[in-house]
Amino acid sequence: MTSMTLLLESRIGPDVWHQIFNFADYGQLLSLVHNSLVAGAVLGLVGGLVSSFVMMRDLPFAVHGVSELSFAGASGALLLGANVVAGSLTGSILAALVIGALGSRARDRNSIIGVLMPFGLGLGVLFLSLYQGRSANKFGLLTGQIVAIDSPQLHWLIATAAVVVAGLLVIWRPLVFASTDPELAAARGVPVGLLSPVFMLLLGLAVAISIQVIGALLVLSVICTPAAAAMRVTASPRKVPLLSMAFGLVAVLGGILLALGSSVPISPYVTTISFAIYAICRLIGAWRSRHGWARRDPAPRADSGPAPLIGSGQAC
Amino acid sequence: MTSGMLGSLTRLSAEHEHEEHRPMSDIVTPPALQLRDAALGYGGHRLWSGLTLDVQPGEFLAVLGANGSGKTSLLRAILGLQPLSAGSLSVAGRPARRGSRAIGYVQQQRRLDPSTPLRARDVVRQGLDGHRWGVARPGRVAWRRVDAALEQVGAAAYADMPVGLLSGGEQQRVRIAQALVADPVLLLCDEPLLSLDLSSQRTITGLVDRRRREHRTAVVFVTHEINPVLPYVDRVLYLAGGAFRVGTVEEVLSSATLSELYGSPIEVIHTGGRILVAGVPESARDAHHVDHDEGIVP
Repeated sequence: MTSMTLLLESRIGPDVWHQIFNFADYGQLLSLVHNSLVAGAVLGLVGGLVSSFVMMRDLPFAVHGVSELSFAGASGALLLGANVVAGSLTGSILAALVIGALGSRARDRNSIIGVLMPFGLGLGVLFLSLYQGRSANKFGLLTGQIVAIDSPQLHWLIATAAVVVAGLLVIWRPLVFASTDPELAAARGVPVGLLSPVFMLLLGLAVAISIQVIGALLVLSVICTPAAAAMRVTASPRKVPLLSMAFGLVAVLGGILLALGSSVPISPYVTTISFAIYAICRLIGAWRSRHGWARRDPAPRADSGPAPLIGSGQAC
Repeated sequence: MTSGMLGSLTRLSAEHEHEEHRPMSDIVTPPALQLRDAALGYGGHRLWSGLTLDVQPGEFLAVLGANGSGKTSLLRAILGLQPLSAGSLSVAGRPARRGSRAIGYVQQQRRLDPSTPLRARDVVRQGLDGHRWGVARPGRVAWRRVDAALEQVGAAAYADMPVGLLSGGEQQRVRIAQALVADPVLLLCDEPLLSLDLSSQRTITGLVDRRRREHRTAVVFVTHEINPVLPYVDRVLYLAGGAFRVGTVEEVLSSATLSELYGSPIEVIHTGGRILVAGVPESARDAHHVDHDEGIVP
C-alpha cells in the first residue's frame, strides 16, 4: 500500500522511473530475496506446466474463478491469524471440487464459475476489512506479495508444487487424450469422468501457489498466458509444456529481478513480461501460418486430386 | 515406474494376442464379433432383442436404421461401455470390455480446434498409448508403427502438421490411422462420412475396404446412407422399431423386407449401382433423407 501511495503522490518525472527501475545495491538485495526467487522459480515451472492443460481444456475462466475463492480462503486465514497458504489451499480445493462436481459440461461450468467468483471475492473483501493488521498484507493477496515469503511458507509451496507435478505426470497421457478428444477417449476406456475432477484439484493447488506470489487478480498471467504463447509457435505435445514452463520461469523470475530495487510490487513486471512473450509468439505464429507451419510435401493435398490408394470402380 | 511396467506388460500381451491370431487364422479364428441372442434397452424401453450375429474377419457389415433405432447403443455395447440387457457379445472370442485393444474406433468427423496442440502423428499415437497412465519415456514410443499407419492412409505428407489446421477429409484419414495403428481385429465406424465431401467420402470408404482386404480386419460400419459403401458391403444389419433384419444388400434392402420391418409400404429402387428408398414413415424419415436428396444428384 505504501508503495502505491508513494507512487500516486510523486510527480511524474525521473522519480517515477526510478521507482519502477532501480538497481542500486542490487547484490545485497539479491541475497535478501533468496526465498522469493525459489518460490518464483517453482511457480513459473508449475504454472507453465499446468497452463498447457488449462489451454487444452479451455479452462482459463475456471482459473480465475478458483483464484477468487483461494483469495477468500487466504484472507480468512489472515483474519484468523492462521497459515495464509493453508487458507488459500482450502479455498482453492473447495472451489475446484465444486466446479469439478457440478460443471462437467462447459456451459454449466462457466455459469457456476460466474456465480462462485463474485461470492469468493466478496468474502475476501469482508475478511480483509475486518482484518486489523498490516495493510500491505491485504493488498498483497490481490496483487502479489512475494517478498513476504518466509521459510515455512516456502516449504508449503514446494510441497504443493511437488504434488501437482507428480499428479500431472501420473495422469499425463490419458489427460491429454481426454482433453483433446473426450468422446473418443471415453470410447477407448479412458476414465474421462474421473480425470476431470482430478485435474481441477491439481489446478486448484497450482492456483493456491500462485496467489502467494502473483496475487489473486493476476494468476492468469502465470496459469494461462505461458501455454497460450507456446501453442502459437508449436503444436508438439512435448514442446508445448516445455516452452510454457520456460516462459513461466522467465516471466516470474524476470519480474522479481526487475522489481527488486523498485518500490512497485512484482506483479506488473511479471504480467508485462508474460504478455510480451505472448505478443512475440503470436507474431511468430502469424508469420508461420502464412509461410507454412511444418514440412508438408509440395505435392497437392492427397484428397484434392484422385487418391492413388483407391480403386476407381465405385460409381457415385 | 509401476505405470511403465504395466504399460510394457499390456504391450506384450497385445503382441501375443496378435501372434496367436495369425497362424490360427486358417484353422479356427473366432468371429471378430459375435452376438448371441443379444438384447439392449434402457429401463422399460427395449431397443432391440434376439440379435444373433457373427461378423467374420475381413467381413464388411453395414448397420442401417433410423435415429433412435439403437445403432449407437449397439456400438456402445461392442465398445463395452454399455452392458447388454440379455444375451452375450464377444469381440475376437473374448467378452466385450471397456478399452479393448481388439477394436479400432472411428467417429464422425468433428472439426478440431485449430489450436489443438497435437500434430497428426500425435493423434495417431493416441491410438497406441493414449489410454496408458504416466508419461511416455523418450525413445519408447513406437513411432515406426505410427508412421506406417499414416503411410497406409496416405497421410504421411502432413504427419507433422498441427491436426487442427488439416481439412476435414485429412483429419478423418488421420483418425482412421489412429484406429488402425494398434492392429485391431474389428474396426468400428460410427458415421465416419458425415460432413465430408464426396471425394473424401470415397477416400475414406476406400481406405476401410483396403484394410479389411489386406489385413482381414472386420468392419462394422454404422451409416444412415448405404450408397457410399454399397460397392464394399457384404451384409447389412437394418434396425427399425425394435426389430431388425440381417442379410445381403439384396435381401435386406428390398421393398418387401423394409415394408415388413416398418409395417408400412416402402418402395426400394435399385438403379445404376445406387439404392433409393421411398416411403419410410415420417418418424423414421431422418434415417433416409440423404437417399431422397441424392436421388436428384446426376
